[in-house]
Amino acid sequence: MSGIAITFMIISMLTIWGGLALSLWNLSRHPEKQDDDIELAPTGNE
Amino acid sequence: MSTPSLKKGAPLAEGKRETFSSRKLFILSAIGSAVGLGNIWRFPYVAYENGGGAFLIPYLVAILCAGIPLLFLDYAIGHRYRGSAPLAYRRANRKAEVLGWWQVLICFVIAIYYAAIIAWAAMYCWFSITKAWDKNPDGASGFFMEDFLQVAPEAGVSLDIVGGVFGPMLGVWLVAIIIMVAGVNKGISRANGIFMPLLIVMFVILVVQSVFLPGAIDGLNAFFTPNFEALQNPGVWAAAFGHIFFSLSVAFGIMVTYSSYMRRKSDLTGSGYVVAFANSSFELLAGIGVFAALGFMAYNANSAVGDVATSGIGLAFIAFPTIVSAAPFGSVIGVLFFGSLVFAGLTSLISILEVIVAAFQDKLGWNRKSATLVVTLPVAFISMVLFPTTTGLYLLDTLDAFVNQFGILACALVLVIVFGAGLGMLPRLAKHLNRHSSIKLGTGWMVLVGGIGPAALGYMLINEFQTKITESYSGYPIWFNGVFGWGMAGALIIGAVLMSFIPWGKNSKLNDPEFEQHQKDVEAEEFPDPVGKEY
Repeated sequence: MSGIAITFMIISMLTIWGGLALSLWNLSRHPEKQDDDIELAPTGNE
Repeated sequence: MSTPSLKKGAPLAEGKRETFSSRKLFILSAIGSAVGLGNIWRFPYVAYENGGGAFLIPYLVAILCAGIPLLFLDYAIGHRYRGSAPLAYRRANRKAEVLGWWQVLICFVIAIYYAAIIAWAAMYCWFSITKAWDKNPDGASGFFMEDFLQVAPEAGVSLDIVGGVFGPMLGVWLVAIIIMVAGVNKGISRANGIFMPLLIVMFVILVVQSVFLPGAIDGLNAFFTPNFEALQNPGVWAAAFGHIFFSLSVAFGIMVTYSSYMRRKSDLTGSGYVVAFANSSFELLAGIGVFAALGFMAYNANSAVGDVATSGIGLAFIAFPTIVSAAPFGSVIGVLFFGSLVFAGLTSLISILEVIVAAFQDKLGWNRKSATLVVTLPVAFISMVLFPTTTGLYLLDTLDAFVNQFGILACALVLVIVFGAGLGMLPRLAKHLNRHSSIKLGTGWMVLVGGIGPAALGYMLINEFQTKITESYSGYPIWFNGVFGWGMAGALIIGAVLMSFIPWGKNSKLNDPEFEQHQKDVEAEEFPDPVGKEY
């Protein structure tokens, strides 16, 4: 493989797979919230 | 099939609307939908043809400027209005319902031919073991066209059934219907929970095996060597936007439907980034695996990689069988490759079917089982009549080309114009996305969806229109492309308009008390209570 091809292979892997790793890391920092119904009298906002 | 009656003992939906039991299962199902046949057989060639390594630049721009923003638009509509595509759009604006039915009909057309390709791939797993194509004097190409599909010499419509395709297609539909009947959690989630890890493991093994083949390095060299001049060509940028758009399954109605099954306090944007980058990560892996294998093919044939590089059906059912016959442990490569196509295809097929099933379930208010059967059995029947025939390949080719461009692309363009500019809903939707999401959206997102989105989609649609109007697609007879290409695309619009005129009955989900509670919860968050609640 030529040097430029290897460089672009590495850049592609770093940006795309790195993007996945980064987005997974971001998600892991924000745990799932549980839903709860908000018990409110009709607000008249409809 | 027993026809459900709306009179006594009507099989109406009971209990709450289904939700994905965890965020992980939603993400896995959304990735399963996005990762399809195109990731494996389309992306590698598109990248190679459009600048090789340099394609990364327009590709990343397309993901960040169009793919992900449009994905978030789908998420926002589905999650905020909590319904299948027609219902969610109707709840957003009564006149927008027709767009949902347009998407439902597009999904119907895709589903009927997608099942055929999955069935071919399933058969090719077996053929990889027997290397059945070695017996044909014309090799893999002769085997595919003559022995396997028994393709008629002229494009047309024949009802001559090809038994070798009929059987596996029946199997595919049976599996798909069982998954669909089981519902969101027991069916879709579970299927994705099994098929997706399996797909990833199989594909990684395939890629590792491919890169150690002789000549693989030449394939990778061809794939990654950048051609910077290509970046000056607007066609390359259009190819990047077009590929991302189809690859991420945006504006199919799929993501609207899936996000309607997410919990209210879901991290929509955080999940979306994972889905988008996982889809691209798989594509990159596919590019490496496919071009390593093509490098071996060129090495074996003593030719250049450019001479053997191809995409789509030609890559999967002609090039790969040739590689399987020549490579060491070729049968293993074949089973892994075609098995990957089956799993990637099945997880996408079920997401496409879910758009249709969910729409009818909402409209009729029936329970899951009845609504699924009333939808999937006729779809499967039409698919089984048209595609396991001697003319199935022609039909598939034309339907695919026209439904993609004048179905999905056209519908997406109308959708972004209507929701972006027409209804002026983007600020409200951005607010909704930001409520519980980890990555906040601002004016930039609205500009991308309302500006870049319509511009890119409009450019692609005009280009495609000019190409298809000036030449007969694939050289097929004019009447054939007229009926199954242009005619089908037009019929989808007429059908959608007619469907939107059918009133929503009292059993439908239009006036669902559960949605009223959801609406109340969402609005309470939109207008926070001053005495203090958790927001």
